[in-house]
Amino acid sequence: MSALLSVENLTRRFGGLVAVNAVTLDLRLGEVHAVIGTNGAGKSTLINMLSGEIDASSGRIALAGEDITTRAQSHRARAGIGRSYQRTTIFAEFTARENCRLAAQAANPRPWAIWQRAQDCAASNAAAEEALGAAGLRVESDRVAGTLSHGAKRQLEVAMCLATRPRVLLLDEPLAGMGAEETERMLALLTQLKATHAILLVEHDMDAVFRIADRITVMVNGAVIATGDPAAIRGNPDVRQAYLGEEH
Amino acid sequence: MDVGTFLVQCLNAVQYGLLLFLVASGLTLIFGIMGVINLAHGSFYMLGAYMAFALSPLFGDQFLVMLVAGVVLAALFGYVLEWAFFSYLYQRDHLQQVLMTYGLILVFEALRSMLVGNDVHGVKAPPWLEGSFALGELMRYPWYRLFASAACIVLALGLYFVVNRTRLGMMIRAGASNRDMVRGLGIDIRRLYRIVFAAGVALAALAGMIAAPMSSVYPGMGGSVLIICFVVVVIGGVGSITGALVASLLVGFVDTFGKVFFAELSGMGIYVLMAAVLIWRPEGLMGRKT
Amino acid sequence: MKNISATMRHWLPLACALALAALGPWMSPYLADFVVKVMILSIFALSLELLVGMTGLVSLGHAAFYGIGAYATVLGAGRDGGSIAWLLPLAMGSAAAYALVVGALSLRTRGVYFIMVTLAFAQMAFFVFHDTPFGGGSDGIYMYVRPTLGAIDMESRWVQFYGVLGALVGTYGLLALIRRSRLGAALAGIRVNEQRMRAAGFAVYGYKLAAFVIAGALAGLAGFLVASRDGVVNPELMAWHNSGEVLLMIILGGLGHLRGAVIGAVAFTLLKEVLSTHALVGPLADQWQLTLGLAIIAFVALLPKGLIGVAARLSPAANGAAPKLDAVPAPNAKVTP
Repeated sequence: MSALLSVENLTRRFGGLVAVNAVTLDLRLGEVHAVIGTNGAGKSTLINMLSGEIDASSGRIALAGEDITTRAQSHRARAGIGRSYQRTTIFAEFTARENCRLAAQAANPRPWAIWQRAQDCAASNAAAEEALGAAGLRVESDRVAGTLSHGAKRQLEVAMCLATRPRVLLLDEPLAGMGAEETERMLALLTQLKATHAILLVEHDMDAVFRIADRITVMVNGAVIATGDPAAIRGNPDVRQAYLGEEH
Repeated sequence: MDVGTFLVQCLNAVQYGLLLFLVASGLTLIFGIMGVINLAHGSFYMLGAYMAFALSPLFGDQFLVMLVAGVVLAALFGYVLEWAFFSYLYQRDHLQQVLMTYGLILVFEALRSMLVGNDVHGVKAPPWLEGSFALGELMRYPWYRLFASAACIVLALGLYFVVNRTRLGMMIRAGASNRDMVRGLGIDIRRLYRIVFAAGVALAALAGMIAAPMSSVYPGMGGSVLIICFVVVVIGGVGSITGALVASLLVGFVDTFGKVFFAELSGMGIYVLMAAVLIWRPEGLMGRKT
Repeated sequence: MKNISATMRHWLPLACALALAALGPWMSPYLADFVVKVMILSIFALSLELLVGMTGLVSLGHAAFYGIGAYATVLGAGRDGGSIAWLLPLAMGSAAAYALVVGALSLRTRGVYFIMVTLAFAQMAFFVFHDTPFGGGSDGIYMYVRPTLGAIDMESRWVQFYGVLGALVGTYGLLALIRRSRLGAALAGIRVNEQRMRAAGFAVYGYKLAAFVIAGALAGLAGFLVASRDGVVNPELMAWHNSGEVLLMIILGGLGHLRGAVIGAVAFTLLKEVLSTHALVGPLADQWQLTLGLAIIAFVALLPKGLIGVAARLSPAANGAAPKLDAVPAPNAKVTP
């Protein structure tokens, strides 16, 4: 299975500090690739570099073979990379449906067609419906996003990601602040999405990670110390010492 | 251009730049630390100039004493103004701050008009700073301008010392990066803000007092200095005092030498400079990339 | 309920326009002149509403485009006057061209930087017309012959009235269309959460620049009209006080609503008139700057949502149903204290 998103020796320096150090990994269709590590391990910087919010100091990022290392975030998004944020980044004053519809509009922008109502845009409405359905938000789709429960907001976060019909999903701590029931729902959603997407999952919830990930990469101080399937990672002495040993 | 003329222009440029720095440093401090954009900052400069006009008959030769008195008055004014008005601006968004300080400018202009009228005034330099000294074969340079530059340098060094070497300065820098943390440490952040604001007002007023004998004292002076200060802050980077210094000097040189070489279009120079900085480094020469 | 509010929102402005059109012939010359002045300011305010209210870009230099439109008209007309057919596009085009340059540079910054930079670029324009011989200096320039188009002559009071009214209706209509279109939705998204827009794949910079240029062009339209009405232009048109005032107008009316811009223009102009009229406020009229300044501070502090916000507070709150992009609750639902 070839990689949909491949990352080679990606590095980011902030002055003297090396936040991300020659990270190599890839994302394949049908797979959840989790990235774990302690705080400050460089996970946020990594995901920001993949989505395009931070420039890379060196290294290469390729989407389906095409080099996107210097491409702007909006370009990568249109090319098929979707991103959800750790801190909920939604349009709080619009309805959940409008949130998704607006996100979907990016694929069908047509800004010059001012005689047409945005709300009547068939393409973006359809994509929004799909995304809402997949995320399980159909019932609450007409509620103002700011009034949704925390779990629902995190679902909306993922739904907006899906509304642009991406092939690659970069999910930054989607389970943050969720209770048991909401976590189950989200994991079920991810399992469903796995089949048709390549998913990068940055998470702190170890139980969830080991349940759902097909591969795990462990980062410490900006560098990758191990990559492999869950069993291999669990048994890896370096990982145990550096990371798992510090947990609980 | 002969050496004498060149030297004079350089000195002029530095003097203008340093004076701008006093005003701009207050503006950038207030924005960097309290997050308030203050359109009325130019009015404090005007306040200083008009204070010099009003106080100089009282103090006669005692110019330095007058400056000190002016600074104290201005600082007091700033302290009260922060308590009465500006402290309510911290929670508001930039748009509201802009408009409320715009209203404040109108109020200040009206008060000035009522108290001292709308005429243009001159302020004489003190006798011990009158006259000029020779520079090169043909040129002479006024003592007062040299004094102005020296005073600004002393103040700039003082500012550097306070911000970087004292506890107050440490609290200021801490307050700039993390307000809540500073509050959590038990430092009275409200008083800190009040002190910073008063200092900003005092700096601008002092600049106005020092400038008064060199340029005339006129109603629109607040507005023109404000916009140039904005240009300085944009070029230097918001919140950076070093950036404000570098930018002020740059602006001083561009403006001074622009007048020499381009006469009529010289006023454009600083905007062209700003445009160039925006193309190359939009966050300012020493600003943090957001 | 929501339908009534929506209907009102659409038809009320149109009804007002028709009423004005009908009342035109009955107005005294002084009143008609005043109404024309306010209508031109409304167009100016509406153009800024696109930038500030719809896109969330606070510009403190919008008067530059207004002034450039006015100067382009006068300079283009020259000694012999000119046809509206090319003077109007010239005015709007010049304003749009400057907006393109200023926007391209300013939009590389955000927040407080953006405010300062737009102010600086407007001041640069002011400087060019005030201090260089390019525009006749601080005295300004007179327009000897007003723009014409066949039988239509901007000199005529009727042409001014109905022409400006038509331009106002056109501008309002255009912005209303934009607001409900994909472009408007994108601009609203940029206002609410720019980061998310980028993550979704919108070319945010391009949208902002488009809004900036359209706003500049519309301000240029207002400039054309004010030059045609007054027959004279001077650099004060693009002074930063003017930029501050137009910003005040849209806040005063209510940010985020098209009618807020018009209401604000009316209210602010009336306020200035009242505060400087001896017959109404006696000796205070001489201190109009003081009273205006205090009034501004009070309004912004106490009525952050403007006059429309006051109206909204008096009528009942919406019940959690989705607010539209320019939410005003239905006026005849249950009253809450």
